[in-house]
Amino acid sequence: MNQAAVPLLLAEGLGKRFGGVQALQDVSFELRAGEIFGLIGPNGAGKTTLFNLLTGIYRPDQGHIRFAGRELGGRKPHEIALAGIARTFQNIRLFAHLTALENVMIGRHGRTRAGVLGAVLRPAWVRAEERAIRDHALQLLDDVGIASRADSLAQHLSYGDQRRLEIARALATQPKLLALDEPAAGMNGAETTELKTLLQRIRGTGVTLLLVEHDMKLVMGLCDRVMVLDYGRKLAEGLPAAVRADPRVVEAYLGAEA
Amino acid sequence: MDIFIQQLVNGVVLGSIYALVALGYTLVYGILGLINFAHGELVMVGALVALSVVRTLSPLLPGLPGWVLALLGTAVAAGVCALLAILIERVAYRPLRHAPRLAPLITAIGVSIALQNLAMVIWGRQYHSVPPLLPAASHQFAGAAITEVQILIVALAALLMAGLIGLVHRTRLGRAMRACAENIQVAELMGVNVNAIVVAAFVIGAVLAAVAGVMVSANYGLAHYHMGFLLGLKAFTAAVLGGIGNVGGAMLGGLLLGIMESLGAGYLEDLSGGFLGSHYQDVLAFFVLILVLVSRPSGLLGERVGQRA
Repeated sequence: MNQAAVPLLLAEGLGKRFGGVQALQDVSFELRAGEIFGLIGPNGAGKTTLFNLLTGIYRPDQGHIRFAGRELGGRKPHEIALAGIARTFQNIRLFAHLTALENVMIGRHGRTRAGVLGAVLRPAWVRAEERAIRDHALQLLDDVGIASRADSLAQHLSYGDQRRLEIARALATQPKLLALDEPAAGMNGAETTELKTLLQRIRGTGVTLLLVEHDMKLVMGLCDRVMVLDYGRKLAEGLPAAVRADPRVVEAYLGAEA
Repeated sequence: MDIFIQQLVNGVVLGSIYALVALGYTLVYGILGLINFAHGELVMVGALVALSVVRTLSPLLPGLPGWVLALLGTAVAAGVCALLAILIERVAYRPLRHAPRLAPLITAIGVSIALQNLAMVIWGRQYHSVPPLLPAASHQFAGAAITEVQILIVALAALLMAGLIGLVHRTRLGRAMRACAENIQVAELMGVNVNAIVVAAFVIGAVLAAVAGVMVSANYGLAHYHMGFLLGLKAFTAAVLGGIGNVGGAMLGGLLLGIMESLGAGYLEDLSGGFLGSHYQDVLAFFVLILVLVSRPSGLLGERVGQRA
């Protein structure tokens, strides 16, 4: 890996303002290929805004983002997804009326190409592509442990299974970076432990993870490095243990929780 | 009883055409929440383009059988309507994708008026008679007469609708269309090129409209620049009746509206003791629409209101 020195993602001086609220101000950080990077901070600290900048929902007012050697600024969300950034959502956003399998198959959409004519004429290559999409999606459902629910509508899955389905759908886009917005929210202890194992396994396949999470035990036990946001600014960054010991962090975040 | 069967047959023929046009409204509405009021004009453009193709080709190739001419005319009409729909989406709707909902509604009405006037300039104000290209033979069916053209219309409409259901539920494109209909932003974040899906919905609707245009003009033997307006309005009504955004609903709504209209035309005069003539058929159809919407505001097969946040 002679590219180890080049970060997978480099964000410099990111700023975003909504009306009178400065949601993010001068935030810089880098993600190294293959790491699990934690993003924490009190509610309203700007974590979700940062997610939305990375995935192209918002454009930054200041600063820029380089991902895998290319500038992300001004690119559309689906182009960013194809560049290799996939995400899950804090409040689950599945396609409720599609089956679990179809949800994952949507993730394959950008990596495949049959169009209107293909859909009407269905030549051999289109049928083969459709089979490949289905097989890949089934494999991913199996990987996250919900293969038995493949034909259920997404809305009929349990909460924990819906969270897993979101991860499978995101993985179907073949991301280099998987950004997870509070994946453990609403999960009990056992489910969180299973999630941790799953995330470690995903990292093992070479995917870099960006994790926004409130569950400090999960963050500290899983992440290689952690960044703390507070009122839209970067408060601290470093190894989990060092960040946890940082008095500013304790005051802004951990202290408030106690 | 014979009149009843006859009007039922006529209603199914008319309803098949409404259903094809209603699908165009419902596909676009399902994805964008946009009422494409210019859609009815595509029916008119389809009918007149096909007519021009037939009129141009028949003296050049006098030996060509009628069904080949009809097929060629329909194919060219479908192509022209598809290109026109792509142009309309690009120019009149896409720039307003994130504008308040009323803005694209106004441009839709503008496009509709522009297309009508353009057609009037090209084809004139007069009614064009459509040459009978297919055998005018008529069959008896349970005491009702049905022409071969009508049989063809119903069969072709059924085939197209079955094909569309297959496309929506079994192909990569249809899956993406359903995903966009549920949440266009999330679909985009999952790597779906949303603009391509929107264009595909417009193109499919336009092709169906062109075919419907050829059917209408073949059924009545007439075509003119204003024929798309009321037809479009009724097809839109059919889509709302069935539950707009719902593909099955558009088909059901189209058939029901066609049948109600035909039965109205057949029975209104007798039932009202001559007070209301058969030309009150539209009043009856819209009256039923109002009744349905009062009891089911989201249409017969529509999702409950509020599902789309």
